[in-house]
Amino acid sequence: MSDPQEPRGDAPAGKDLDPDIALEQPGSVATDADAARSAAAPPADEVEPPSRWHTMLRQISTGNALISVLSVLLALLVGAVMIAFTDERVQAASGYFFARPGDTFVAIWQSVSGAYSALFQGSVYNFRRDTFAAGIRPLTETLTFATPLIAGGLGVGLAFRVGMFNIGGRGQMLIAASVAGWIGFGLDLPMGLHMLVALVGGLLGGALWAGIAGLLKARTGAHEVIVTIMLNYIAFYLVSWMLRTPGLLQAPGSSNPKTPAMKETAIFPQLLGPQYNLHFGFILVIAATVLVWWILSRSSLGFKFRAVGENPNAARVAGINVSSMYVYAMLIAGALLGLAGVSQVLGTVTTGFTAGIDAGIGFDAITVALLGRSTPWGIFVAGILFGAFKAGGFSMQAAEGVPIEIVLVVQSLIVLFIAAPPLVRTIFRLPDPKAGPKRPRPIVTKEVDAK
Amino acid sequence: MSTTAEHHRTAPQPEALATTVVTSWKAPIAFAVFTLAELALAVFAPREGVTKFRLSSPTDAVQLPEVTVPTMPALWTVVVLLAAVTAYSIWLVATKHRVPLWTIVVFAILFMFGFLTWAAAGASLPMIGLLFGSLSLAVPLIFGSLAGVLGERVGVINIAIEGQLLAGAFTAAVVASITGQPWFGLIAAMVAGMLVAFVLAAFAIKYFVDQVIVGVVLNVLVTGLTSFFFSQVLAPNAALLNTPPRFDRWPIPVLGDIPIIGPVFFRQTVVVYLMYIAVAAVYIGLFHTKWGLRLRAVGEHPQAADTVGINVNRTRFWNVALAGAIAGLGGTFFTIGSGIAFNKEMTAGAGFIALAAVIFGQWDPIKATLAALLFGFASNLQNTLSVIGSPVPSEFMLMLPYVVTIFAVAGLVGKVRGPAAAGKPYIKS
Repeated sequence: MSDPQEPRGDAPAGKDLDPDIALEQPGSVATDADAARSAAAPPADEVEPPSRWHTMLRQISTGNALISVLSVLLALLVGAVMIAFTDERVQAASGYFFARPGDTFVAIWQSVSGAYSALFQGSVYNFRRDTFAAGIRPLTETLTFATPLIAGGLGVGLAFRVGMFNIGGRGQMLIAASVAGWIGFGLDLPMGLHMLVALVGGLLGGALWAGIAGLLKARTGAHEVIVTIMLNYIAFYLVSWMLRTPGLLQAPGSSNPKTPAMKETAIFPQLLGPQYNLHFGFILVIAATVLVWWILSRSSLGFKFRAVGENPNAARVAGINVSSMYVYAMLIAGALLGLAGVSQVLGTVTTGFTAGIDAGIGFDAITVALLGRSTPWGIFVAGILFGAFKAGGFSMQAAEGVPIEIVLVVQSLIVLFIAAPPLVRTIFRLPDPKAGPKRPRPIVTKEVDAK
Repeated sequence: MSTTAEHHRTAPQPEALATTVVTSWKAPIAFAVFTLAELALAVFAPREGVTKFRLSSPTDAVQLPEVTVPTMPALWTVVVLLAAVTAYSIWLVATKHRVPLWTIVVFAILFMFGFLTWAAAGASLPMIGLLFGSLSLAVPLIFGSLAGVLGERVGVINIAIEGQLLAGAFTAAVVASITGQPWFGLIAAMVAGMLVAFVLAAFAIKYFVDQVIVGVVLNVLVTGLTSFFFSQVLAPNAALLNTPPRFDRWPIPVLGDIPIIGPVFFRQTVVVYLMYIAVAAVYIGLFHTKWGLRLRAVGEHPQAADTVGINVNRTRFWNVALAGAIAGLGGTFFTIGSGIAFNKEMTAGAGFIALAAVIFGQWDPIKATLAALLFGFASNLQNTLSVIGSPVPSEFMLMLPYVVTIFAVAGLVGKVRGPAAAGKPYIKS
């Protein structure tokens, strides 16, 4: 969990340093060499640094990693309260609380521990299985669920970094899934090539669908929030219509709004053999994460993206073509959400899909991007965490009868708490970091609606 | 005396200052696209027969005759008129004039008339039902967009409208079912919306968390909470907890008897009347009271507002809470407003449509209301046309409002400017 916060934690510190140097330079009559030396060497009259142990302890107690862990704990605690309060055994036992209070606590313990152990066994390792191969299956399920979440989170996060709010994940996924699905069951191509064509087709579909929003924003200034929401509905109805129209997406000879199964040649290969669902999409998602990291931190395009995201006016003055940055960013974001859609139809649900193929991932992706603070590796970790919740949530619902929606509550609380470190510090009475920036800087999306 | 002196001073100025009118080709282009669309209907999908518009329902005191128009001649007339409006707008822009709002309104009404005539060929279109249903469907959107306008005007982006509507719908259903009294449900819904707003305000104002993040996350949180309690508590005890009574319709005595207007606007439930009051109150409050001036000052330039002694964060907090109460009120439409039991995620994205209406309406309560009405009309048009049988696949009818919105946002509204400080936490230094 420390990954997502690290780059962010460093950035303000670097910024704090700059003004000091800048202040020193005009005041001194020294030459450039002097200024450079004063910048490089620390001031001599610095106070004796505190002991290393103290510093380390302080860093741990004020650091982002601890806040993240505590946020998860707090959210799970709230979830536990909800589970306990709505459990029938607890309600029955609390009816005679004053006669035998022990019963109530036992019932609370049983309901909460039962639910959370089912969550763990459904998402990481199932101790009830005999062999390691069977026991580890939940972890592969987690990664399977995480695959589209990471891809979608990258798409939303990239748009955030350019100062745009892409709520259109659902539409982009649906269009990508339809294109990839149509290629997947409608064409006959050799093994490998078929998959590649379907993948590229899906990515293009998602990219173009999102590109509409980018183009309209660049050309006419239409707000991307409106346009992407509208495109969600348009895509949904378009795909619904295609699904019930014979000759487009509907399976021949069927009256259900569902496509035929994908052809063998188009399906993503299984990574760990047929007993696990984990598919090649996960490798693609890792590659996408690396690619997004490279684009954002190492390429000149990414530099322009971030410049536009920080301040579009300043970027324009600096000679960056802001309009085309909006278009490029939406194209890439759409392709990433397209990857989420493609991995759904070619990897997870290969037996044909309906208009519900997006499974809410387009919206979950927003939460993933927020939790990952819009950094590629942060999103990767956040996606796996949410994938674990999703995988575990289903087994929790099956084993303990706890509705899967509790997962939504826990997920949203985690994001809320992580976004507000002072709140978590107050709750746990942690020291306030004096050395760092006084308050958390508002995160990436601050420019979204201010234009 | 002084007026004449001033007159002398100001008189030569009009020549000195050349006025610049910023014109744009967007409106003529959008007009041309829509005209061509209607022309395409007339050329490629001609329909025979006559179209009837029913202007009154059988129970009305004043009965209006059915209006019958021959379909194709009417459609061709409309196309010609649309072309004329388009030509007029081209002439206006070419001679450096603005395209006034009334041409857009005339164009939209003509276009809709032409489309309805075409779509309902050979059938009779119940205009009262169409408009009545449109208004009803627009109610949550209007409440939601008012909440959005208030929030953004005071400087807090409210993406949590969806969550507030859902919380309102849930609480209204539960409280009204338990008490058997829809009024208590109404109050409870306002409280629930306000509670969601409190969380938004606390995180956005006290902890400086990005407002978009809090909003999105609150939507997820409320969806999770309401769905969880629905599955776990409401569904097993539906008779006790989830059989909300509904508000009866209250026809207003004299106004309700006016032809067309009466049945549409004044034979509604109390939720709709509250909506009229809310729209008027927010409009007057925002632009004609001290409260509104302060609110807008805080949203536009918090430093300046602080300098003249307005407590920025307190103003923001309480107005966001007020906005939450309004959105919660809108949520009652889904349950006690229509007499339907609560169900998981029953708001189905209405909050996001309301958000679109806020931006579409350029952060103005009246314009946002009109935008919300447009969405309501479009979704009800689909219902009506599917009842009388329309040649267009229903999915395309459902898609239409969203397509029109994109065209309208891109073509007519274009680059919009929200309140300057919306989304930025005010950190007093």
